[in-house]
Amino acid sequence: MSMTNERKAELTLPAEDQILITREFDAPRHLVYKAWTTPELVARWWTARRGTAKEMEIDLRVGGRWRYAMDADNGQEVAFHGEYREIVPDEKIVSTEVFEGAPGTPEEAEANATLNTATFEERDGRTLVTMLIRCPSPEVRDAIIASGMEGGLQDALDLLEEVARGLDS
Amino acid sequence: MPTTADAFNAVAEPRRRQILDLLAARERPVNELVELTGLGQPQVSKHLRVLREVGAVRAREEGRRRLYRVDAEALRPIFDWVSPYQRLWEERFERLDDVLEDLKKEEQGDVDDE
Repeated sequence: MSMTNERKAELTLPAEDQILITREFDAPRHLVYKAWTTPELVARWWTARRGTAKEMEIDLRVGGRWRYAMDADNGQEVAFHGEYREIVPDEKIVSTEVFEGAPGTPEEAEANATLNTATFEERDGRTLVTMLIRCPSPEVRDAIIASGMEGGLQDALDLLEEVARGLDS
Repeated sequence: MPTTADAFNAVAEPRRRQILDLLAARERPVNELVELTGLGQPQVSKHLRVLREVGAVRAREEGRRRLYRVDAEALRPIFDWVSPYQRLWEERFERLDDVLEDLKKEEQGDVDDE
């Protein structure tokens, strides 16, 4: 499609403990909201191309729990869960997010939960999705960004060290 | 010592990204950046200072002018750091595009033979 460029996800780091992701979709927002909150629809997109959806649990009410799990291509289960904190249908969802595979105890994982705000704004039949991920510390923020690394965390740390050395010289 | 995150934050600020875009086209002196951005000279100089601190921009003297340019090699690790995570989301969103196309068809009551 010729719109590929303007539809690319934009990622910025507005503060040392935040990640902001924005993306425009060619659909009215009630459909984007539906795709965002319906388990069998989430199962179709959340796994990206990296695994098979296993469990998509969405109890969409304040205090309700969500859990997304997939079997990653390397055979490991990757799962996240959290709790809904604020829901404005078609407009806004605020929820916590915990990565179950984080190093340390489950309590530590809970302590490192992020607070995510997803907002849906419609303009001329198109929808801008804005996701603000607030982390409990800059370290958690950096770990989340590094988690996208194909080579895993160690490669990410090696790269960071290399970059830091380069910047220092 | 600036971290990669510091560097990323430096280049992610919209005004500084505008300055980087202008410098990516070619080397320029401050007054040209002032003119093209519509910012005051003190603001442009402040942005340039931040960009130089993280290595994103280099300067050289030419006569009595100081010319600024982007250091693409210094920027690459910053984008390498963020881009896999961004790519994860972009992959999700491309699939979400497909889901939305299906939902739109459903809503319009289209019955095609797909």
